[in-house]
Amino acid sequence: MAFPLQLGLHTFGDLNHEPDGTPQSHAQTIRNVVEQGVLADEVGIDFFGIGEHHTDYFPMPAGDVVLSAIAARTRRIHVGSSVIVLSSDDPVRVFQRYSTLNAISNGRVEVILGRGSSIESFPLFGYDLADYDELFDEKTALFAELLKGGPVTWQGRTRAALRDQNVVPHLESGPFPTWIGVGGNPESVVRAARLGFSLALAIIGGPPERFAPFSRLFAAALDKFGRSPLPVLVHSPGHVAPTDEEARGEFWPRWRETIALISEERGFAIPTEDSFSSEVGPRGALYVGSPETVAQKIAANLRALGANRFDLKFGMPGLTHESLMRNIELYGTQVIPRVRELAA
Amino acid sequence: MSASPRLAVLGAGHVGPVIARLALAAGWSVAIANSGDPAQLELITELVIPGATPRWAADAVRDADIVVLAIPLHRFLRLDPRLVSGRLVIDAMNYWPSSDGVLEALERDGVGSSEFVAQRLPDATVVKTLNHVGYHDLEEHARPPHSPERRALGVAGDDGAAVDAVAAVIDRLGYDPVVVGGLTQGRVLQPGGPVFGVVLSRAEFERAIRVRATGVHPPAAGETPQERSA
Repeated sequence: MAFPLQLGLHTFGDLNHEPDGTPQSHAQTIRNVVEQGVLADEVGIDFFGIGEHHTDYFPMPAGDVVLSAIAARTRRIHVGSSVIVLSSDDPVRVFQRYSTLNAISNGRVEVILGRGSSIESFPLFGYDLADYDELFDEKTALFAELLKGGPVTWQGRTRAALRDQNVVPHLESGPFPTWIGVGGNPESVVRAARLGFSLALAIIGGPPERFAPFSRLFAAALDKFGRSPLPVLVHSPGHVAPTDEEARGEFWPRWRETIALISEERGFAIPTEDSFSSEVGPRGALYVGSPETVAQKIAANLRALGANRFDLKFGMPGLTHESLMRNIELYGTQVIPRVRELAA
Repeated sequence: MSASPRLAVLGAGHVGPVIARLALAAGWSVAIANSGDPAQLELITELVIPGATPRWAADAVRDADIVVLAIPLHRFLRLDPRLVSGRLVIDAMNYWPSSDGVLEALERDGVGSSEFVAQRLPDATVVKTLNHVGYHDLEEHARPPHSPERRALGVAGDDGAAVDAVAAVIDRLGYDPVVVGGLTQGRVLQPGGPVFGVVLSRAEFERAIRVRATGVHPPAAGETPQERSA
């Protein structure tokens, strides 16, 4: 493996409930995320990412603010977006926010850019979904320019032009690692390589190994564009508890409820216990189980996908803060050492 | 149609490469195109769709027996209808207001997305299929004829001969074709419908469609209450 093995966590700020099922406030859920990020650092997790969302069940529109609180209380863990919806944001502001966070954290920032499969930010900020492709094309290209440091000259249709513009704060030690989240579109893989971003494969359903050609495509495309190899990251949802039964028992009802909510908006099928079992099994995309079960699956899929980094999207609306803290502790103290052992 | 049909797949995003690979596995000749220069698709073709040929859309369509539309519906709005004049066209697209934007023509009177596509392509013959099973499931569940694990794909179209031809294609790709009627009846295959996003056997598929048509849940042969609730 050309790049070091790394294991991280992502959250969407999934709304926490009390143990008796009472929903906690958005504010309490956000304070819980800070505690979760601090614990992730304590138990040796490599990365803590926050994904932008704008709903009651994911009340997390300003992840960079939450990340700065985590950065101030930690020394080692990397922090960043997972993902930030660049299409409905201003690349200059995104760069400035994360460059500021990079300063606060002494260079621990990584940014994962996405076009957003949750598109509630488009109407919120006055963007037209009909411009979905053009917005992402232009804004990723501008972000790549900003990362080079130095004055920026840029012209496009989606924001005001820049001419020799000094954009602060300057980067202290070169560009921070930046990834593009890709869901299953080979043209997006080639774009990531063309712009020199690393590849984050979001695998949330079906057999993970069907993404293996994407890693090979990414490597070939980097080569074609005359770039050095770059790392590949896998993002998938899951939940770790002491036993498989506990993990499934806690996760399944919350997963069904959340996907049912999203299904209503997007028209796809509500998961059944059968489809859930298959996703939790060795050929599915969910990492739900005991530390041993989850570690085995991570190690096998990193190998199959030619990836060096796995980021578990932990939590689900309705789970308790206590259950998430236990998940994080088990992931750091048991899953990660076991994956390293299996990969060695 | 020649003995080994030639397929032109328009779209190299999520769905197009999956359909192209299924067709290649069936022994067909497959050309793939997006809206631009085929040189940009060479790498994708080589690594993700080995065996297919990247071409300009017009060239791919000219030499094809069947054209598959596998592009986002909002991109279809920019497609020149003359490109597919006189062609048999499989419409594998769906209308997603959340990523296509709201299309007034489809919000009125519940018009189906394939009826809308057919209206925009008056000189082509449009058949709806391959839209209601997730692209990540399509390859996973393809099976040879008579396999007990074979699953169904709905087919809808207003031209009987075209529907028969496409049903034969679906069979070769690894699915039991179930003809649900004309494009208007084909609305049952859309997002939010009873077969959308679920992978069903022919019997389950036919039952789901029947429930939608009659509003009655007929018990399936040999079904026990436990199976039903599972």
